[in-house]
Amino acid sequence: MDWLGPQEWQAVALSLRVSLWATFVSLPLGIFTAYALARWQFPGKQVLNGLVHLPLILPPVVTGYLLLLTLGTKGPIGGLLEQVGIVFAFRWTGAAVAAGVMAFPLMVRAVRLSIEAVDPKLEQAASTLGASPLWVFATVTLPLIMPGIIAGAILAFAKAMGEFGATITFVSNIPGQTQTLPSAIYAFLQVPGGESSALKLVIVAVAVAMTALLMSEFIAERVARRVRGA
Amino acid sequence: MSLSVSVQHGFPDFSLDVAFKAPPGVTAIFGQSGSGKTTLVNAFSGLLRPNSGRISVDGRELFDSTAGRWIPTHRRKIGYVFQEGRLFPHLSVRQNLLYGHWFAKRHGTADFDHVVEMLGIGPLLARRPAKLSGGEKQRVAFGRALLSAPRLLLMDEPLAALDESRKLEILPYLERLRDETEIPIVYVSHSVAEIARLATTIVVLKDGRVVRCGPAAEVLGDPAIAPTLGVRGAGAVLSARVVAHHADGLTELAIGTGQLFLPRIPSPVGARIRVRIAAQDVMLATSRPRDISALNLLEGTVREVRMGVGPGAIVTIGIGTQTVLSRVTRRSCEALELAPGKPCFAIMKSVAVAPDDIGT
Repeated sequence: MDWLGPQEWQAVALSLRVSLWATFVSLPLGIFTAYALARWQFPGKQVLNGLVHLPLILPPVVTGYLLLLTLGTKGPIGGLLEQVGIVFAFRWTGAAVAAGVMAFPLMVRAVRLSIEAVDPKLEQAASTLGASPLWVFATVTLPLIMPGIIAGAILAFAKAMGEFGATITFVSNIPGQTQTLPSAIYAFLQVPGGESSALKLVIVAVAVAMTALLMSEFIAERVARRVRGA
Repeated sequence: MSLSVSVQHGFPDFSLDVAFKAPPGVTAIFGQSGSGKTTLVNAFSGLLRPNSGRISVDGRELFDSTAGRWIPTHRRKIGYVFQEGRLFPHLSVRQNLLYGHWFAKRHGTADFDHVVEMLGIGPLLARRPAKLSGGEKQRVAFGRALLSAPRLLLMDEPLAALDESRKLEILPYLERLRDETEIPIVYVSHSVAEIARLATTIVVLKDGRVVRCGPAAEVLGDPAIAPTLGVRGAGAVLSARVVAHHADGLTELAIGTGQLFLPRIPSPVGARIRVRIAAQDVMLATSRPRDISALNLLEGTVREVRMGVGPGAIVTIGIGTQTVLSRVTRRSCEALELAPGKPCFAIMKSVAVAPDDIGT
């Protein structure tokens, strides 16, 4: 396929890699957070809820700048991480962090709704049958919320694919390093004669988004049918 | 003593303060809704932690507030059959049955095939709970609890969500379960008929307190407890032996000194069964009635006459070593001069005994 040039390919491949990493690494944390918000009562619950949702309402540039301040090599956490050899700023891993943070609220919301729909009576029944709380979660709660997890993951993936503001602020727009698909489209539109490349990337973006959406509908429906036992 | 309980728990609008001991067998917790039955059972299962008290099952301490002992639900080895079944919708019937079985593997297992056969759920194994009828769901729930190798089975109104014919279909399975396993059972119900069939011991709860606790026949035959059971609920349980099945569709039973004729009972000749006779279905006569359609005439003596607050009275009649309760009006009591020691006849129509009043 030489329909796309090397720079376009790089951007598409990088975006897929960044989004997949962002989705899968944040998934366990997202499920845990959703569970805590849905089921537990603890001091500071509303603060946590607010923090989780913050990226949804803040301007993405602000989120990106906050990431740079904390996770940049001069930031408090970034500085510590640099000493053990982990650097996020201006690396593709940083783009994954930015995408993950931006997509997190969407994932948590979807999972939380599905957890709230699980009847706690089923979990009680499992515990009377000898299942410890961890086993109850693994064998009853988790299978029952699987449609919500799939929906949340796909939503997060789609959001990560489209993330632009926080990414460009935190890790800039370096071709082959941090130039994701939206950044590439933006870059192509800044140079004369870049419209055709930008348009091709737009088509790729639409195709990826549509595929993800259709796949999630298909999988979620099948899983939901299996869970309902119909 | 198999069960020993003493728990206190306060809710904003209700308090439970209950203590009783019960021998092995089926301990029925009886009471109207709101009497604290489910709270008590949840304390057994560990789903609710009472404010204070102790619970022990077969000498095993599950809860002791003074010693700070509390065994969490999943380590109690207590099977719980809920009113609504609570089968896992994402698992097949077989997987549901094996769920507790799997966690119980480390300490002995109940036999899967035997339980499936006993409950008659073999043809359902591959299905999902969504495809089961109410009665089938409940049988699977019994099996699932049983296969978790429990040391105590809790049943919270397991038949309440079913219609009459489904109840009649399941009760024999419960009787088998009681007779074929050694597991003590705590059975919660507000149905006198169910309890009369199944219970060894009855604990009557009212407003979170124990009103009466004792052997089933004794409690059900106690006229003092009649107001709590309700007018329709009062009635004694007789232990009887099947003597013959007659060609006209009646089964002849021997009860000590007398005999009863009841519509066909599916137990074999020689079997011991129990029959609950509702107090409202028993008439009294002081001389032997003649030319009467009722087939059952039991000769005995009045043991006790207990006047109710309304126009009714409950008369206890001793028939050999057993007793029958009769609900009559105070006016009749006075007209017949019923008093302890007076010989009398208890009269009952054969068709008055419903199938769910007869248990094995």
